[in-house]
Amino acid sequence: MAPIDENDRYDPVAGRPTLILGGHDFHSITEAVARPVEGKTPLAWWLCFLPSLALLGLLGVAVSWLFWEGIGVWGLNVPVGWAWDITNFVFWVGIGHAGTLISAILFLFRQKWRTSINRAAEAMTIFAVMCALIFPGIHVGRVWVAYFMFPIPNQMGMWPNFRSPLLWDVFAVSIYGTVSALFWYVGLIPDLATMRDRAKTAVRQRVYGFFALGWRGSNRHWQHYEVAYLTLAGLATPLVLSVHSIVSMDFAVSQIPGWHTTIFPPYFVAGAIFSGFAMVITLMVICRSAFGLDQIITLRHFDYMAKIILVTGTMVGYAYGMEFFIAWYSGSPYELFTFTNRAMGPYAWAYWTMISCNVISPQVFWFKKARTSIPILFVMSIFVNIGMWFERFVIIVTSLHRDFLPSAWSYFRPTIWDVSCLLGSFGLFFTMFCLFVRFLPMVATAEVKTVLPQADPHAHPPDHAPATARLAEEGAH
Amino acid sequence: MTPALILAEFSTPAALYRGCERVRDAGYTRWDAHSPFPVHGLDGAMGMKRSMLPWIILVLGLGGAATGFLLQAWVHSMAYPLTISGKPHFAWPAYVPITFELGVLGGALAAVFGMLGLNQLPRHHHPIFDGSRFSRFSDDAFFISIEAADAKFDREATAKLLSAAGATHVEIVPETP
Repeated sequence: MAPIDENDRYDPVAGRPTLILGGHDFHSITEAVARPVEGKTPLAWWLCFLPSLALLGLLGVAVSWLFWEGIGVWGLNVPVGWAWDITNFVFWVGIGHAGTLISAILFLFRQKWRTSINRAAEAMTIFAVMCALIFPGIHVGRVWVAYFMFPIPNQMGMWPNFRSPLLWDVFAVSIYGTVSALFWYVGLIPDLATMRDRAKTAVRQRVYGFFALGWRGSNRHWQHYEVAYLTLAGLATPLVLSVHSIVSMDFAVSQIPGWHTTIFPPYFVAGAIFSGFAMVITLMVICRSAFGLDQIITLRHFDYMAKIILVTGTMVGYAYGMEFFIAWYSGSPYELFTFTNRAMGPYAWAYWTMISCNVISPQVFWFKKARTSIPILFVMSIFVNIGMWFERFVIIVTSLHRDFLPSAWSYFRPTIWDVSCLLGSFGLFFTMFCLFVRFLPMVATAEVKTVLPQADPHAHPPDHAPATARLAEEGAH
Repeated sequence: MTPALILAEFSTPAALYRGCERVRDAGYTRWDAHSPFPVHGLDGAMGMKRSMLPWIILVLGLGGAATGFLLQAWVHSMAYPLTISGKPHFAWPAYVPITFELGVLGGALAAVFGMLGLNQLPRHHHPIFDGSRFSRFSDDAFFISIEAADAKFDREATAKLLSAAGATHVEIVPETP
């Protein structure tokens, strides 16, 4: 690829540094994005895909055994009636939220840097929601009556209880999955047309062509398309905030000390975005180096994402502190006991793992060196993912294991099948993601082209503008 | 050969923009521009009206919300009135989340399928795909197409207008037999 030259540094239209490096033009963007899809399958891909597929197989085994034998194969029991199942559910739903934040909220805020990462982040959302939906589905015990969750007219004349947050959750998460998939597909249509038009084999041409719906880049189509895209962003924004708020109400509406707090909805949403951005960084670090996309997904993108992690991590840290304050301020001995027990009881190890990963470690992102160092970003993103899984575990299990009745107290230990379900869900997630990067353009080509300076129909001739911008900047010093 | 349309290629978004202004001012009505990405301001340069899609989305979004609310109210007040955790049957505040979610679902489905409907997609075949260079529209080329069905269409005059407007390549695309 072309070396980074001086003119790259200024976007003459926006008057600030360019988002895409390497002096790309429209065609070279297409080439760079299409290469991983059209080239030979790299060995590294198989090295990611096969272990993921094996873990997906493990999920199959674990879920089959669960169905065969019953919910007792997991370690949960009275009083810890929810454990890793719901921990995994909340963890995966939360992961998905960064994808929607990038695709919808940053779109509404006109953050053009999102175009390099939104496609992959939205794919991540969909796969994370798939993983999430497994757990409420399988944790019901009698899976053959899982349809009770949906308002389906039946011979018993029976309807679900719409006044319960658990049912709100069914609607919120399934509609979230649907809307995310629609949003993702609408964004893909122009890029599928690109893949169709570049196809060398009849099979590729037919398959991409089928899904491209005969897209011909017509401006009369783009007009409706842009309205649809903007509206989907506008709908997905309150939707994503509502989804994790509703997930938090599964807990907050109950009367368990440690769950029954009004801070939960904003605290869960901040935590979701926090963990989701960590997962985006994990995936993007791997993809950009594996597929040579470092001029499109630049260090600046990571810098921005690290800042969001710092902000949301600090919000989460505030929520942890505020929970303790309210536990004391409420004067309720049960509340106070639950929180003292959380930090100093049998699960203190989990609590302090959470604090170390979520509150202490992201503080390195105050430093630009850390925000632009790929190894630090990668390690931190893993820490945050671990920390956020533990956050859900701490909330769910520590609040339950000390019941109101001391004779019921117990200590939850996972079984091999709990572990298999968690690992298996990672298998599903990474299998889907591997297939995605191999068969679909993982960068929104049409959108990235719009942020190049030459995409503006009123762009000045490129040889004058950078100099002007540079002079203006020098004058400012 | 019966011409279906005339296809003109432009090299940059700026050239396409100026070309569209010329075609618009010449009074053509059945024509279109094709680009790999939406070109900012091209709607104005083509003299297009605003999209009516937002109205479709509004109606179906509100429809979704109304359906959600009525379903819940009907189930709990009429079809299956059970008292659970002391909540009233018509507990309207508890219906808000699902009402909202179904409103979003209605709006999102309306946005996607309304967009496809207004664009008359999917349409896998179109004469324009026979244009010799048209496959590059999805990569880095920009086109204006004027349909032969346009009242002002004239092989020579239209081609001349497009060349004068800055097209780098002009061709007649025949009707598919």
